[in-house]
Amino acid sequence: MCGIAGYLGQLRKDDSRSLLHGMSAALAHRGPDGAGIHIDDDFGFAHRRLAVIDLSPDGAQPMAGGDGSLHITYNGEIFNHIELRAMLEGRGRHFRTASDTEVLLQLYEEYGPDCVNHLNGDFAFAIWDAKRRRMVLARDRMGVRPLFYTWRQGRFYFASEVKALFAVPGVEARLDPVALDQIFTLWAPIAPRTSFRGISELPPGHLMIIEDGEADTRPYWALSFPDSGDEDDRPHGELVEELRTLLEDSTRIRLRADVEVGSLLSGGLDSSMITAIAARMAPGRLRSFGITFEDPEFDESAWQQTMADALGVTHHAVACRSADIASVFPSVVRYAERTLLRTAPAPMYRLARSVREQGVKVVLSGEGADEIFAGYDLFREASIRRFCARQPGSKSRPSLFRRIYPYLPSLQQQTPDYLAAFFGVDRDETNDPLFSHRPRFRTTAGAKMFFSAGLRAELGSYDAAEELASLLPDSFRRWRPLHQALYLETRFLLPGYILASQGDRMAMAHGVEARFPFLDHRVVEFGARLPPGAKLRVLQEKHILREAAADMLPPAIARRRKQPYRAPDSASFGQANYVADLLSPGAVSAKGLFNPAMTGRLLDKSRRSGLNGFRDNAAFVGVLSTQLLSDEFP
Amino acid sequence: MSETAQSQVRIFVVDNFLFGDQDALSGDDQSLIEHDVIDSTGVLELVSFIEERFGIAMSDAEIAPANLDSVSRIAAFIERKRAAVS
Repeated sequence: MCGIAGYLGQLRKDDSRSLLHGMSAALAHRGPDGAGIHIDDDFGFAHRRLAVIDLSPDGAQPMAGGDGSLHITYNGEIFNHIELRAMLEGRGRHFRTASDTEVLLQLYEEYGPDCVNHLNGDFAFAIWDAKRRRMVLARDRMGVRPLFYTWRQGRFYFASEVKALFAVPGVEARLDPVALDQIFTLWAPIAPRTSFRGISELPPGHLMIIEDGEADTRPYWALSFPDSGDEDDRPHGELVEELRTLLEDSTRIRLRADVEVGSLLSGGLDSSMITAIAARMAPGRLRSFGITFEDPEFDESAWQQTMADALGVTHHAVACRSADIASVFPSVVRYAERTLLRTAPAPMYRLARSVREQGVKVVLSGEGADEIFAGYDLFREASIRRFCARQPGSKSRPSLFRRIYPYLPSLQQQTPDYLAAFFGVDRDETNDPLFSHRPRFRTTAGAKMFFSAGLRAELGSYDAAEELASLLPDSFRRWRPLHQALYLETRFLLPGYILASQGDRMAMAHGVEARFPFLDHRVVEFGARLPPGAKLRVLQEKHILREAAADMLPPAIARRRKQPYRAPDSASFGQANYVADLLSPGAVSAKGLFNPAMTGRLLDKSRRSGLNGFRDNAAFVGVLSTQLLSDEFP
Repeated sequence: MSETAQSQVRIFVVDNFLFGDQDALSGDDQSLIEHDVIDSTGVLELVSFIEERFGIAMSDAEIAPANLDSVSRIAAFIERKRAAVS
């Protein structure tokens, strides 16, 4: 895993060298094991290396191939590189290195841009094809690895992180108000938009081909679900067996590395399952890592230890106190490069640092299972809302909401009337394509009350949810309601927030590569074809996954209800001195994005009595992170 | 007396849930839930405020939108409870 940067266009050699070194320096954390640049008449590439496969200098990048007519700078891993190498050798090709980079280059020689269809991996790369005089950029299907770009004076620039683009003369960091509105509604900007004006990201599963100064961006893969009634109808036992086989294989190929591979272990079903499979494949050698919290409301340390003991893995528990969250939060925002509404990335940042300190630079993660197999509470919530909508005015049906949020005391104490009102029963149309996510979007958007008059005026009547709805594929209407909800979560929030702010950016801040067996496209496609009931069985989430895990895990963990990964939000900042400065009327006015008086009252309330609800906490963290972002990238 | 209760409730709602943004409350009949003024924790804050400020004990059944979903409804509820006591 690495950091990449580069440009397409003509520059003086000195300017080019200085630019590429500047861009590369901004990405140093992503690749502490080496750095290289390549300058040509028409383009320049930079690369920071985190050596994972073929640790020798042979694997260094940028790499040339095709008799010198191809150059590549590549960030990622091709997990099926062994099979692809064998396939290419079978076609008469010869390799001079053991690296997966050369496999990718030769695959391109063989298939051109369509080579991406053969890849099973997490990647972002740029290839200069001198014969065709074109640059080809691509990003993996699920959006694990990032790729940002911008145009300036007719030249094209790209990089793994936005901060490297700010090394380009004339590229300024200006926050995009529309992105801010999208984050304050949907939790993430809608790609290709980013938090900064003029900076775009290549969406997951997309190729970009630049030829004669024209860029053509197109999807090569898209998440899709079967039309209602066309789901995989094989016997359930057969499906369970196939899932187990798929997960074993996706984990097996993600253990491929020339360095130690560890595993993140939260104590929940998903990470326990991946750790269990990995432990069987690396008996006695696997090390696992997990975050513990001082507040029992968030802590899962007992579950982690139960699992580690059962598997015989060496577990490292990394304590994360509230004060730790506050102290690392400015760094978290610097690496995330966007407004955050929650502090949840901060413990991941802390965890990645400990993993690296233990000498491990690759870890497996259970991320993705909640999106593919319907683990989040939101899916059960939507199901109950539909159930309530079928009998308006029911006094008993809304009581079901209490069952899915046992960890929210404020909901446990509500009457059915209030529960129905909070969850939008009698308010949201069940044929609304965004039905499943409406309560979340509404509650989050409540935090926009802190927007300044100037920001509101600039946004006018812009509606982020409406834009999201306009991007849904034509077939969306023909999918089952659960599949519509899964699509929204997997297509937008997973790459836009989870894999970016809690995944790649936090791990790579410390030169740690996370790998996600649940996000192997074979698992994703299998999961999408399953009937809804295999995923959400009445109100039991991840039903088929539990069955596949039954003989791998201690029964208590296989049966365990999902505990959402959360961290203390505004409560983390009670002792943080920088908060009062950043949220002072002067500082807030200077940035012009939020209402200074209201922000002052929010800070007062947080200090006086604490903030309880989601909206107020999201507002607090959102305003604070935006102020930090604006300071970090002035 | 009811005018006083209504204005006290209005001030509490604007200060505590709207952080001083009076424009966000278009009127005393505005639904607090439909306009996303309060969420589930907000209701509990509201109940604590009513019990402490007005010396009223609320039963579980009384914690319902019919009594609490607008400034007017809250004020009327307080009025009814006080009348019942006196």
